[in-house]
Parts: sequence; C-alpha cells; structure tokens
Amino acid sequence: MSEILSGTGGAISGTEAALHHGRPRGWWRWLVTTNHKDIGTLYLVFSLIMLFAGGALALLIRAELFEPGLQLVQPDLYNALVTMHGLTMIFLVIMPALVGLANWQIPLMIGAPDMALPRINNWSFWLLPCAAVLLWSGFLLPRGGPNAGWTFYAPLSSTYGPPSIDFMIFAIHALGVSSVLGAINIIVTTLNLRAPSMRLRDMPLFVWTWLITAFLLVLAMPVLAAVATMVLTDRHFGTSFFIAAGGGDPVLFQHVFWFFGHPEVYIMILPAFGVISEVIPAFARKPLFGRISMILAVIAIAFLSVIVWAHHMFTVGMPVTGQLFFMYATAVIAIPTGIKVFNWIATLWQGSLSFETPMLWALSFVFLFTVGGLSGVMLANVPADYQYQDTYFVVAHLHYVLVTGSLFAIIAAIYFWLPKWTGHRFDERLGQLHFWLSVVSVNLTFFPMHFAGLAGMPRRIPDYALQFADFNLVASIGAFVFGFSQLIFLWVIVKTVRGGEPAGERPWEGARGLEWTLASPPPYHSFELPPSPETVAAEGPLAYGIAESDAKPDEVTR
Amino acid sequence: MPATAEVPTGTSATGSIAQPTTALHWNLPDPATATGHQVYDMHMMVTLVCALIGLVVFASMTWAIVRWRRSEGAVAARFSHHAGLEVLWTLVPTLILVAMAIPTTRTLLAINRTAAPAVTVRITGSQWKWHYAYPDLRLAFYSNLKSDSREASRKGSGQSPAAVPNYLTDVDRPLVLPTGQDIQLQLGSDDVIHSWWVPAFGFKRDAIPGYLNLVDINIERPGWYRGQCAELCGAGHAYMPIVVHAVPPAQFEGWVAQEQRRQAAELAQAAGRPWTRDEAMTQGQETYETICAACHQKDGKGIPGTFPALAGSAVATGPLRAHLKIVVHGSQRNPVMRAFGKELSDLKLAGVITYERNAWGNDTGDLVTPDQVGAAR
Repeated sequence: MSEILSGTGGAISGTEAALHHGRPRGWWRWLVTTNHKDIGTLYLVFSLIMLFAGGALALLIRAELFEPGLQLVQPDLYNALVTMHGLTMIFLVIMPALVGLANWQIPLMIGAPDMALPRINNWSFWLLPCAAVLLWSGFLLPRGGPNAGWTFYAPLSSTYGPPSIDFMIFAIHALGVSSVLGAINIIVTTLNLRAPSMRLRDMPLFVWTWLITAFLLVLAMPVLAAVATMVLTDRHFGTSFFIAAGGGDPVLFQHVFWFFGHPEVYIMILPAFGVISEVIPAFARKPLFGRISMILAVIAIAFLSVIVWAHHMFTVGMPVTGQLFFMYATAVIAIPTGIKVFNWIATLWQGSLSFETPMLWALSFVFLFTVGGLSGVMLANVPADYQYQDTYFVVAHLHYVLVTGSLFAIIAAIYFWLPKWTGHRFDERLGQLHFWLSVVSVNLTFFPMHFAGLAGMPRRIPDYALQFADFNLVASIGAFVFGFSQLIFLWVIVKTVRGGEPAGERPWEGARGLEWTLASPPPYHSFELPPSPETVAAEGPLAYGIAESDAKPDEVTR
Repeated sequence: MPATAEVPTGTSATGSIAQPTTALHWNLPDPATATGHQVYDMHMMVTLVCALIGLVVFASMTWAIVRWRRSEGAVAARFSHHAGLEVLWTLVPTLILVAMAIPTTRTLLAINRTAAPAVTVRITGSQWKWHYAYPDLRLAFYSNLKSDSREASRKGSGQSPAAVPNYLTDVDRPLVLPTGQDIQLQLGSDDVIHSWWVPAFGFKRDAIPGYLNLVDINIERPGWYRGQCAELCGAGHAYMPIVVHAVPPAQFEGWVAQEQRRQAAELAQAAGRPWTRDEAMTQGQETYETICAACHQKDGKGIPGTFPALAGSAVATGPLRAHLKIVVHGSQRNPVMRAFGKELSDLKLAGVITYERNAWGNDTGDLVTPDQVGAAR
C-alpha cells in the first residue's frame, strides 16, 4: 500500500503492464475486469446462481400448493415467496442472462475488440450482486420479505407494506441504474464499433434485437425508478401519490408501473427472438427467411409495447373507450409476432435440418412461445379478460412466454455458443436428456394452470378450494421434475468448462457469423483488427452462398 | 329453472346448485347473467380461433421437421425471402383480428352499459372480508369466511380440508339478491385494492379505495353462486370468499323484511338484557372467531412474525384503556390492525374485549361494559 502511495509513477507503469501484457489474477481479476468476455461470464454465472435461488422459491410455492390446506408456510411468507420469485426471475435471472449474452456476443458478432464503455460495463455488473443482497436481505427483517407481489401495487406496498419494501425499492433503483448503463453501452457499441464494412441492415438479428431492446430499457427503467420512488415518499415523507385519503390515486400507480411493465415484457423476449433467429438458420443450413421483415417486426413490436400498458388493468373500471383502445393496440401486436413465427417456419421449410441440443431448444421455443402468444391474444379480448384477469390462466400465459419463451431461448443460446466460449464441445447426450426432461415437465407444470384459471382459481393464493386440487397436484409434480432437471444443465456447463473435445473455430458447420471466424475460445481482445469486408460479407449478407438479391422469389417453388 | 324457494336463506351450508365446488372443471362455469353469457361466448370464440391458428402453426412446423431432415439426405433450398408470402401472413392475421374485433367491440359496449337499477348494493372490500350494504333498504352486514374453513386451512391444524363442506368458498352471511331484476353493484374499498369476482356472473371488477366502480348485473336463475377476491390484498387474500344467494323477487322481499325485523329485535334484546360475564364471553367468542381469528387465530397465538399473539400479550393483559384504544381506533403503527369502532357495536366490542381479556389463560377477570366502550370512542 505505502509503495503504491509513495511511488505513483511505478503504480501507473504497473497498471499499463497489466493492460498490455497480462491481466490480474484470482478474484481481483473478476472484480476489476473491463473485458467483455469476463463481464459476460460474470453476468451468466450470476444469473445461473439466481436461477437456482428463484427456482427454490418456486419449488417452495409448488410444494405448498401440492394439496389444499397450509402445510409449509404461513400466508405472509407465501406472499413474500411469490413476490421474491417474480422479482428474482425477472431482474436477477432473465435480464442479467440476456445482458451476459449481449456482452459475450455483440463484440464477437460485429467484429469489435470489446464493448465501447468497458468501465461502465464493470460497474453495471457489480451493481447487480449488491442489489440482489439488498433485495434478499428483506427476508431477515421484521414482518419478512416484500410481499405485495412483484408488481407491488399501492397501497398494499405503500401504507400496508413491511419494512423490506424499502429495501426492495433501493434494490430496484440499483437494478435500474445497472440496466440503463448496460443498455447505453450496447447502443454505443453497436452503433460505433461495428466492422467498417458491416451496414446496419446486415447486423446479425441477435444484435438488432438487442439494439432495439436497449432503447426500450432506456425508456422504461427510469419510469420504474420513478414509481418506486413515489411509493417510497408515500411511505416515509408524507406524500399521497397513491393514497386516496390524501387526494392521491391508487390506479395512477398501476398506470405508471405498467408503462414500465409492458415494455419490460418485450425487453425480456426481443433478445430471445434474436437468439432463435441465429440458431434456427444454423441448423436448417439456410439463411433466415425475410430478414428485413424480421427487423421491421421487432421495431413494430417495440413501438407497440409502449402504448398497450393498460391491458393489464381492464378490471380497474376504465372508460369503455379506453378499454377499446388498449384492446385494439394489444391485438395489433399479434401481427408482427405472427410474422416472426411464420418466418421461422419458412426458414425451416426445405432446409436441411439436424437436431443438436441448441436446435431442440430453439424449436421448442417456437412451439411453446406460440402457445403463450395465443393465450396472449385471448387475454387481449377485454370481455374474456374480465374472467381471465388475475387468475391462473394469466400465470400459465406469462410462464409460457417467460419460461418456454425467454428462458428456453437463453438455454438455446448457451448450448449454441458454449463451445465457442470454452473451446470444448459439450456432452450432447446430457444436453438431449436435459432438453427432453425439461420440455415434458415444463408443460406438465404450466399447461394445467390454464384450466385451473378458467375453473376459477385466482393467482397468488396459498390455499385453494378443493375443485382446483387435481390441477395443482399435476403442476407441482411437473415443477419438481423441471426444477431438478436444471441440475443436468449445471453439470453440462461445469463439465464443458473443465474440458472436452476441442470445438474448433466452427463447431456447428451450418453456423454463420463473425464469431465463428475466431478461435474457440476467442482471443482476449476479440477483434484486434476489424474483419475484412470479404469475411463480413461471407458470414453475413452472402452466408450460405446466397445473396439476398440473388434469391429470387420464384426460387421458392423450385 | 330449479325451484329453490324452500332453500333457507340464512345459511349457505347447503350444497351449491349453480356451481358444484368439488367437481373438476376445465372451463368457465355456466353463466348465470346476460353479461356472463356474452363473456362466455367471446371466450369460446377466441379459444377456438386461437386453437385453430395453433393447429396450423404446429402442423406446418411438424411437417417441416419431419420432411426436411438432414439425416434423410435433405439438401437446403436456396431462398431467403418471398414478398408475396410475407404480405400474405401479414394480411391474413390482420383480417382474423378485425373479424374478431367486431363482435368483441359490440359485446364490450353492451356489458359496460348501465341502466336505472331496481336494487343497489354497495360492496366494500376490507382486509379480509366483504361488507354488503343495501342503502335503500337500511340493511348492511359483513360477510366473513366460515370459521370451519379457516380452522382447517391453518398450518398444523390437523384437520382435512376435504372434510369441510365448501372449503374456503363459504361465508357466514351470503349476499342475497333478487333474480330477474337490474341490480347495480357499487364497489369500493376500505384499505387496499380487492377484486370482486363471481365467475358465473362473467366479470370481475376491482374494489379500489377512493373509487366507486359501478357494474350492472341481472341474474337469470336462482341459486348459490360462489367466487372470491381476485386481487392480492395481503395475508388473508385467499380467505375472502364471495357467496351470492339469488332468489326470486318475492322471496327477496321476504328476506329483506325478515332481516330488518331481526336487526331491530337484536338491538332491542341487547338493550334489555343484563350484561353478565357469561353473556359477554359467549358473545365475545362468537365475534372473535368470525372476525379477530382471521389474524390472531382461534387459539389467540397469532402467527409469529405476521400477526401478534393475544394470549399472554401486554395489550390483552395490561391496562384496559390501551386495549380499548387499539380495538376501537386501530393501531398507529400497523394499519392492518384497523379501527373496529365503526364496524362493531359497543355491545359486540365489549363482548370481544372481555373475551380477549379472559380467554387462553389471560385471566384478568375483567368484565368490559358497552358504556366503557362508548366512553372510549
């Protein structure tokens, strides 16, 4: 210490040496790293740990719901489990995993040496564990963890909330700062650090979807911070934003919250669309069908996502004209989403399909996300939503889009790029076992919830009437199989990191993209020189030897 | 139409007619109102359309997966876009959505229409019970979860929920409504947001503090209709069921007259009866077990970390003034312990406080009188 303080010059030259000729070792390396691959790994490892934490909460919930009556937890703890499961899975699993994928992949896919803002990158990661500790420590406070649902509706969260709600609010602030910084970094990187010959329209779909998602994040996260702050001042500083007795409006909370909340839904699914658009062409050995309409569809979805928020609030008693507007706007989302699904199918059409683990996850994504998308169309129908709202039908819907949607896409991405990241092939048999166990049990878990909801079971209840018992029994069994199947995933990852058959530059011979031109694992500063225009073209617009302008429409029928 | 005139209206322990509570249901229940029928039709329409779209998507995917396998020697075609197809699968979904929007809009406008009602009911949610008031009929009462369900649900109670009739879907006093008449429900809340939902009526509507949400219903046939709160409202969210007993108008009028007489008689009787410890304990126990036990539990032990115990507590065994104050005016620190002064009469409060000060080994020997409660208001 004293040496560093007294010998400033020496310290600087030491740092320079670390930058250019090596890197810090041990835990210090991970704390101070500004390398996109290290930070991507940190995000993904953190997300995996939190997946098991959030999953443990889910299994506690399912164990309590296994049969009628209270067996394991008291109602308040149950509400805290539901709240923390939602917050953990959304903010500490899905979002960090997607940012981790972006960190690893965006520089590799656009031919850049690193992210544009490496120190901000480091900070946006390290805010996350701090926020997680803050959020989870709520369980230790008097009256237990936050228990007003992940949507923390006022006044249940404000006037009636336990002290841990304050911890939750500050955790949300930290998560918001982390997300916005991460998003700005992604925007700046994609716009400024692309290989010189890569036009915007030629960017890989994963990069495109993340670019649009990043704009949504910058738009939505501050709104969440605002609404959380309003709850905080209602709780402690005498304001009445959401307190009717003080002239405030509890429904205002929902408007502001969902103005964040609905874009948030697309923040979690758009990068997943990007992943699927990378994986399916690789295993169909064919270019993505309708690239341009895929990009336009994502832009359309992102725009629509900010004008549909009140479809979460059809039962609050809005004027009928308001209900009509939000119904129409919501239904319109089905059109660009449909385009995406049809284009994926057209990519499969007349392909040369093989079914390695990443492809299995991607195909099941298209099947099961469609189930969630269609139940979304049902929920958009306002009269029917008067029945569906706040029931297990909604729980089924959101898990089809978030688990078999976002999470399945993330798992597909990890299987797809893990050989690139580690330099080793993974155990294909274990990957297939993981897939088949998961895909069967996930449907066993969530499909019966549609029926429980239609039969009249509200969400967020620790105990239920006897007519819902059979559905809950099946769902609980499915959930335990699904939960424990993820240990196989953990094992595959650990095994692959530790060793295995060398992956080579392009472990999937059908995969195209700049990342496959680098060694596996890629060098520390991914692209020290920009890839040549020929390479960019061969891996992008001319992939599979077909230029977009070459492929005449009449070739479809050939 | 099933005849239900002989069904007693004072209790809901008899089996349900409109909605059996143990049979496995896969779909929305049979609707019992005009709104319910319209909503049911919309639900079936979107379900069918979505199932058909799903079928087309799944069939074409399955076809592609089976047909073009590399292991069978499939060679990839060379195409990457097709303007005609892309326009086709933009237009066809648009047309389907427009086709669905037309009947949906018509239905939505119809079910949001309000008319001059024959009966008005003000429904107020509070943690965790419903209050029903008929402003024009000078009738009002709370509707609580039946205590047998509450006891069987309790963790470690050792009782089987299966042995409780209408487990978690039965109340001490149902909402009684006439059939065939326009009824206006006015929904509000005393504390947090609740949501009033009876599936057979085809809608749920939130009960929000500071709002009065209006819904018109017209129940087609007599029967027992069950539902529950649908918006997370705290620890007792699962424990605020709704039971509506729909009866023909003549029977409804009979019920109103009978209730008005009963409420008057109760008041008169209470005024004339000597206030003894036994009387106070009996009444107090009844009130305690329907209202206070929701949080403090039947055995007075509360739920550690969530609801404080009363057995041996400083409030229930300490000075009477503090005990009266917290029950009548509510807790300053914890809004869940709200003011019961406006909800319960002096007599009932005197009974329940006496009970709390003498039950479960809290042997203070106090007898609290209605006058003492009145003085504490």
